[in-house]
Amino acid sequence: MTEPALAVRQLVKRYGARTALGGVDVEVQPGELVGLLGPNGAGKSTLMKTACGLVRPTSGSASVCGHPAGSRAARAAIGYLAELFRFPGWCSADEVLRLHQRLTGSRGGADERAALLDRVGLTEATQVRVERMSKGMQQRLGIAQAMIGTPRLLLLDEPTSALDPIGRRVVRELLTHLKERGVAVLLNSHLLSEVELVCDRVVIVNHGEIVSAGRVEELSASRGIEVETQSGPQLFAGLTREDAPDLVAQLVADGQRVFAVRVLAPALEDVYIEAVEGATE
Amino acid sequence: MSGAITIALHTLQESLRRRVLFIVGGLTVVFSGLYWLVADKAFAETANVDAGGNVDEVALVGATLVGLAMFGAFFLGTVLGAFLTLSAVRGDAEQGVLQPLVVRPVGRTTLLLARFAAAGVVCATYVVVVFLGAVALTRNVGGWTPDRVVTPALGLAGAVLIVVALSILGSTFLAQTANGIAVFMLFGAGLVAGLVGQIGDAINSSTMRDVGTWSARLLPYEALYQGGLDALTTDTRGLTGVIVELGPFGGAQPLGGLTLAWAIVYGCGALALAAAVFSRRDL
Repeated sequence: MTEPALAVRQLVKRYGARTALGGVDVEVQPGELVGLLGPNGAGKSTLMKTACGLVRPTSGSASVCGHPAGSRAARAAIGYLAELFRFPGWCSADEVLRLHQRLTGSRGGADERAALLDRVGLTEATQVRVERMSKGMQQRLGIAQAMIGTPRLLLLDEPTSALDPIGRRVVRELLTHLKERGVAVLLNSHLLSEVELVCDRVVIVNHGEIVSAGRVEELSASRGIEVETQSGPQLFAGLTREDAPDLVAQLVADGQRVFAVRVLAPALEDVYIEAVEGATE
Repeated sequence: MSGAITIALHTLQESLRRRVLFIVGGLTVVFSGLYWLVADKAFAETANVDAGGNVDEVALVGATLVGLAMFGAFFLGTVLGAFLTLSAVRGDAEQGVLQPLVVRPVGRTTLLLARFAAAGVVCATYVVVVFLGAVALTRNVGGWTPDRVVTPALGLAGAVLIVVALSILGSTFLAQTANGIAVFMLFGAGLVAGLVGQIGDAINSSTMRDVGTWSARLLPYEALYQGGLDALTTDTRGLTGVIVELGPFGGAQPLGGLTLAWAIVYGCGALALAAAVFSRRDL
């Protein structure tokens, strides 16, 4: 079996009397894109920070590609974009990337820097100083910085919070590209539609505990088919989208007139709200 | 090692590009201009004064002026060192500057020591250059040269290195502004305590002398500064020697080997403590 890019086992983190994480298990396989969801203060950023060694766990463990989180080997395998970050204002985009190339030991040189800036749509801003960049441009630069040296695990904490719709699409394409190259990604985002579009699995955290987890299509599984006939709407619970043609054919064969068919599949947002509110109650 | 060099070069680059260097540079120009003006006037007036046969007026004025320059260089070096390092840990972490660097495969201790090394090189070079500039100006204007030049320069460099180490240690506990205030309070406390000790010597007060002695132990940058001041007139004897010891920002005391060793241990200890705190800190 392949070694997970990220393996978090019974992770507990307490800040004094407050428990930020209360025994969390998360695994991200190479090439897998996992969305981390949850309300503010749920413990998502703490989980991210523990994975990259910024925060020390109270108990439990976290490992990156088989190495303890925070160790030199683990840090060499990750790329990280913090939720709140700032690059030195006096640096140009190119200088920021060059600094991180040196720190990671990347030998990609100018080609790598140019390719990354191109990928995040900052080709024209190579020599622009950070202090002159918009928040969105800085976030794009942050994403490029996280990808320096082709990390095996990418930890992205709210990578699209300051981006416009075009910027978000660029990031979605980027994530898909990374997935194809076998990079594991843990994506913390409040944009459920974005997570639904790109993630293989989602983990929903609330009050430091996982309240729901699974593949997006499993969580959004059909709850039945609603068919509107001359006798009114009828619910056929347990049926899926694949059952719809046969169901309609059967109803027509039974002499019913079908006006509308609707597969009742919850959006990720419904799943999220149900999980979070259910856990709160 | 390459990570340490990268961080050190980055810090050096930062010190060159940030406005603080321009501010300190501007202050230095103003200071040098005023120094030249004052030195010119002081030596010119000294020529018309007869302080008695036992006092070398030129040495008295020269030593006083260079002592003043040492204080100025130390103060400006402290300003520079504080601005370069006061946010090294907590301040940078709160602003999100530190996290992208810490997650890279460079150890936290390496990162901290590299920042110290870079800031230390900038500040030590700065105080030495300002001091040597003042010595050259004094020699040109009044024809007086200190008895020792290298020892005071090294004393100043060592003093400012300890201040930088303390600033880095403070940055692991305190937010940016609080750390800045703390560094300048320590700087002021050291100088005042040094003066108290010197006055104690003059009036033969053991309590005041003890204040000076213990403050030099607790804040050994003060001992290095006092040692530097003392070396300016180490060969000056007689009444002139006694008077210059009581110079304006004085507190001149010879620097013993034990005090020097303690200053080195103190600086290294401050850095070791900073590294230990930083390595355990959640970011």
